[in-house]
Amino acid sequence: MQLKGKDLLGLAEMTAEEIDLILDTAARMKEIISRPIKKVPALRGRTVVNVFYEPSTRTRVSFELAAKYLSADSINISASASSVAKGESLKDTARTIEALGADVVVLRHPLAGAAHLLAKTINAAVVNAGDGAHEHPTQALLDIFTVKEKKGILKGVKVAIIGDILHSRVARSNIWGFFKMGANVVVCGPATVIPPEVERLGVRVYHRIEEAVCEADVIMMLRIQLERQKAGLFPSLREYSRLYCLNEERLSLAKPDALIMHPGPVNRGVEISPEMVEHPRSVINEQVTNGVAVRMAILYLLTERGG
Amino acid sequence: MNEKDLRQKAQILDAEGIRRALVRIAHEIVERNKGTENLALIGIQRRGVPLARRLSACIKEIEGSSVPIGILDITLYRDDLTTLSHQPLLQKTDVPFPVENKKIVLVDDVIYTGRTVRAALDAVIDLGRPKLIQLAVLIDRGHRELPIRADYVGKNVPTSRREVVAVRLMETDGEEKVLILEKKTNA
Amino acid sequence: MKLIIKGGRIIDPVARKMFFADVLVGEGKILAIGTDLGGEGEQCVAVDARGKLVAPGLIDMHVHLRDPGFEAKETIETGTRAAARGGFTSVACMPNTDPVADNKAVITYICARAKEKGLVNVFPVGAITAGCAGEQLSEMADLKAAGAVAVSDDGRCVANSGVLYRAMQYARMVGLPIIEHCEDAGLSAGGLVHEGYISTVLGLKGIPAAAETIMVARDIILAEATGCRLHVAHVSTAGSVELIRQAKAKGLPVTAEVTPHHFSLTEEAVVNFDPNTKVNPPLRSAADVRAVREGLRDGTIDVIATDHAPHTVQEKDVEYGLAPFGMVGLETAVGLVWTKLVLPGVLDPVEAIAKMTVNPARILGLSKGTLAVGADADITIIDPEREEVVDPARFASKGRNTPFAGWRLKGLPVVTIVGGKIVFRREGIIDGG
Repeated sequence: MQLKGKDLLGLAEMTAEEIDLILDTAARMKEIISRPIKKVPALRGRTVVNVFYEPSTRTRVSFELAAKYLSADSINISASASSVAKGESLKDTARTIEALGADVVVLRHPLAGAAHLLAKTINAAVVNAGDGAHEHPTQALLDIFTVKEKKGILKGVKVAIIGDILHSRVARSNIWGFFKMGANVVVCGPATVIPPEVERLGVRVYHRIEEAVCEADVIMMLRIQLERQKAGLFPSLREYSRLYCLNEERLSLAKPDALIMHPGPVNRGVEISPEMVEHPRSVINEQVTNGVAVRMAILYLLTERGG
Repeated sequence: MNEKDLRQKAQILDAEGIRRALVRIAHEIVERNKGTENLALIGIQRRGVPLARRLSACIKEIEGSSVPIGILDITLYRDDLTTLSHQPLLQKTDVPFPVENKKIVLVDDVIYTGRTVRAALDAVIDLGRPKLIQLAVLIDRGHRELPIRADYVGKNVPTSRREVVAVRLMETDGEEKVLILEKKTNA
Repeated sequence: MKLIIKGGRIIDPVARKMFFADVLVGEGKILAIGTDLGGEGEQCVAVDARGKLVAPGLIDMHVHLRDPGFEAKETIETGTRAAARGGFTSVACMPNTDPVADNKAVITYICARAKEKGLVNVFPVGAITAGCAGEQLSEMADLKAAGAVAVSDDGRCVANSGVLYRAMQYARMVGLPIIEHCEDAGLSAGGLVHEGYISTVLGLKGIPAAAETIMVARDIILAEATGCRLHVAHVSTAGSVELIRQAKAKGLPVTAEVTPHHFSLTEEAVVNFDPNTKVNPPLRSAADVRAVREGLRDGTIDVIATDHAPHTVQEKDVEYGLAPFGMVGLETAVGLVWTKLVLPGVLDPVEAIAKMTVNPARILGLSKGTLAVGADADITIIDPEREEVVDPARFASKGRNTPFAGWRLKGLPVVTIVGGKIVFRREGIIDGG
C-alpha cells in the first residue's frame, strides 16, 4: 500500500484507502511526538521547502516541526501575496527551489490550482498547504484523524461544518474527506456563502445552525473573514454572530459527547463563544498537535522515491 | 522477494525445536542477568514480538516473576529508506515502560546482516538510556555487515546469500517451523 | 490561370442543397458549376475533390487578430494563415486592439495590412464606444466608410443602457449591426469559471449564467426599441438561447452566434485547472451545452464563430486566476463542427456550412458565402472522412492556447481557396491530373 500520486494536492482525488494509510501512519507518528526525544532519522538528508505566499504561522510551523522530527532539513521561503499579483512567476520560483535540491515542496498560495501548477512543473513532491478557496488537504486529514481518534470510527459520524463554506478550502477538503470515510456531512451558513450545487458533493445544506448541529457528533466552526462583510455577503458581523455563533444553547442540541472543532485562528465571540473554545469537549488544541503527526505521515509517505 | 519465486530447500526447526530453543534462551537470559530485576524484553516487529511474548512466559515459569514486554518498529531507523522504491508501512511501537536504567533484551527472529539490530539499538536509545542492551535471536544465519553479535542464539545456521531463512510462527503465519528457501533458478 | 475542382459534392447553403458538380474558377471568380467541365485548353490546375465536400469559403465573424498592439499574441499575417489552415476564407476581427479600432486610422491600417500580408479576407469590426470604454460613441459613419462591417465593444459589455440605447439608434442610422458581448459586470466581477458544480469543487469564483442572460434580455429590449440589428456574440447559456428564440419569434432583428468550445465542452473541462479552459463567457453546464446545441439545430443560433483569442504561452502558463481569458479556435473549428455537430446528427452538413458562410455574410452585409457563378472564388474543400489528432505545435496561429490538444477530430478542411488562389492545402493533398 502506498500513495498513488507523487503529490498531495487535495482530498478530491484521494481514495479512502489512501486516507486510511495516512491516518494509520499518523498514529505511529503521534507516538514519536509523545517521546522525550522527538526525533527519528527517517528523512535524514531530505530537504523540505515551505513556500508560503500567504502568512500562516500555524500551518507553516506545523510542517516545519514535522520535517524536523523526521530529521529532514527544512527551509522556509515567504513571498507576499502581492508578489503573486505582480505576476512573479510561480513556475520560476519552483524551478529555483527544485534546482536547490528540494525533495518536498509545501505550498501555501492565495490562488486555487497553484499547487496543481507547481506539481506539473517540478519533479519534487508537492504538498498543498492551502490554495485559494480550493483545498487544504492536510488540515482536513488532521481533522479526520482527530475525529477518528476520539470517536473510534468515521462511518456514520455526523459532522456539521458551519460558516463561510463558499470561501473555505478547509470546508471543501473536509467535505471530500469525511464523505469518503463514510461520515454524514452537513454544511450550514448564510445562503450567500453556500456554494452552488454543493449537495452534489454528498452533503446536506442548512441555513439554521440549530438544525445543522442537531444530533451532531462533530461541530466544526469556520473562521469568518471580515472582508466577506465588506464584499456584501452578509450584513454585519453582529447579525452573523447572532445567527451562527456556537454557544452553550446550540451545543446542547448536538450529541452529549459532540466534539467542538475549529481550524483556527479563532474569532472569539464571532463564530464561536469564548466558553466554547475552552469547553471540555473542544479539541481545538489537539487538532494542532495532531496536525504535526499527520504532516509527518505525509512527508514520510511522499518522500519515497529512491534518492 | 516474492515467496512464489522460492522453493523449499530444508526444514531447520519444527515446533518442538522452536520451543526447546526458546526455553534454553529463557534460562540463559535469567542466568546471565542473575534474575529478572530491571529486566525487560523488546520484540522487533513483526516476528520478534511473539517471540518476546513467549520468552516472557518461559521466564515467568522459571522465575515466577513476569518481565515487561515492549514492541519496537524500526522502519524509521532503517538505513535503506532512501533507496527503497516506496516507503514501508509503519507498524506499532509500544514500549510501555521507561527504558532508563533497564536491562533490555532485544528479540528478533533472524540475525543476518545486523542492520535491523543497528536500527533497533538507535531506536531504543532514542527512548532513553538503558543500563545495557542484549540481543536474543531464534536463528543466526551469518553474513554480518556490522560488528554486531547476538547474546542468545536459538540455532546457528550456515547459509548462502542466495538462500532465505523463513521463520513461521503460529501468531503471525498460522504454522510453526523454520525453513530454508532457495531462489528458483530460471534456466 | 484557371482552376478546376473536380468530382466533389457541392454544398449550396443558399439553395440549401448538395449535389455533385465540378467548379471552374478564373480571375478570382466562379466561372462555371456543372458536370464534366473540361479543363478547356491551356493552363488549368485541377483539384481532385472526389469524396470531398466543396463549400463556399467559410467566414468566421468573430476573431481577435491582436494586430495592432499585441503582435506577440498574433498578427494579421499569422492570424489569417491560421484562418486559411482552418478552412476560413474571411474573418471579421474585433476592435479590442491597441490602439482600439474606434477610429478610421486603425480600420484603415487593418485593411491595408490585410491586403499586404493577409492570406484571407479581413473585415474589421469597429468599436461601439471610444476605447471600448462604454461612454462616448465612436465615429461609426467614419468607421463604416473606412471598411468596418459592424461595431462591437467585444471583450466588454456596454454596461450603461443609455449609452447602448443611443449607440443602437446611431448604428441603425449608419447601417451597421451591433455585436454585443453580453455580460453584467456586477454579476460576473472577479469570476473565473461558470458558477455551478465545478466552481464549487475548485473554489474558483463563479460567473453565474444570469450574468450573460440578463444582458441578452436588455439588449433584445433595446433592439426592439431602436430597430437596430443586434447580433449576440458567443451565446453560452440556456437562458440566452431561449430569449433569442422568443425575440426571433416576434420578428425582431436579432441574430446570434455560438463558439465551437461552447457546444463542445462543459465546465467539467476545467477540473484540472488547465488555463486553456479559461474563457469568457466561461464553459457552462451540460444543460447549457444541450440548450446551445438545440439552438443551433432549430435555427435560433444563426452562426458558428470561433472567438479565436490567441495568447502567448507565458501569459497562459500561470495560475488559473492569473491567466487571461480566451482560447484559439480557427484551426479546430471545422473539425469540432463535424465531430460534435454533423456526425452526431445535430446539424446536417448544409446547415452547418450555412452557419459559417451565408448566415454571417448576411449579418455583416458581405457579398460572400455562396458558390453562385460570378461570385468571388472563395472556396473551402472539406474531407468528411479525414481524421487528425489536434497538435497545437502545428498551428499556424501564434497562439497555442487550446483545450483540444490531443482530441481526435474527424471532418477537416483540406483545401482553402481565396479569390481563386489556393492558400492552404492540408498535408497529403496534391493537385490532381
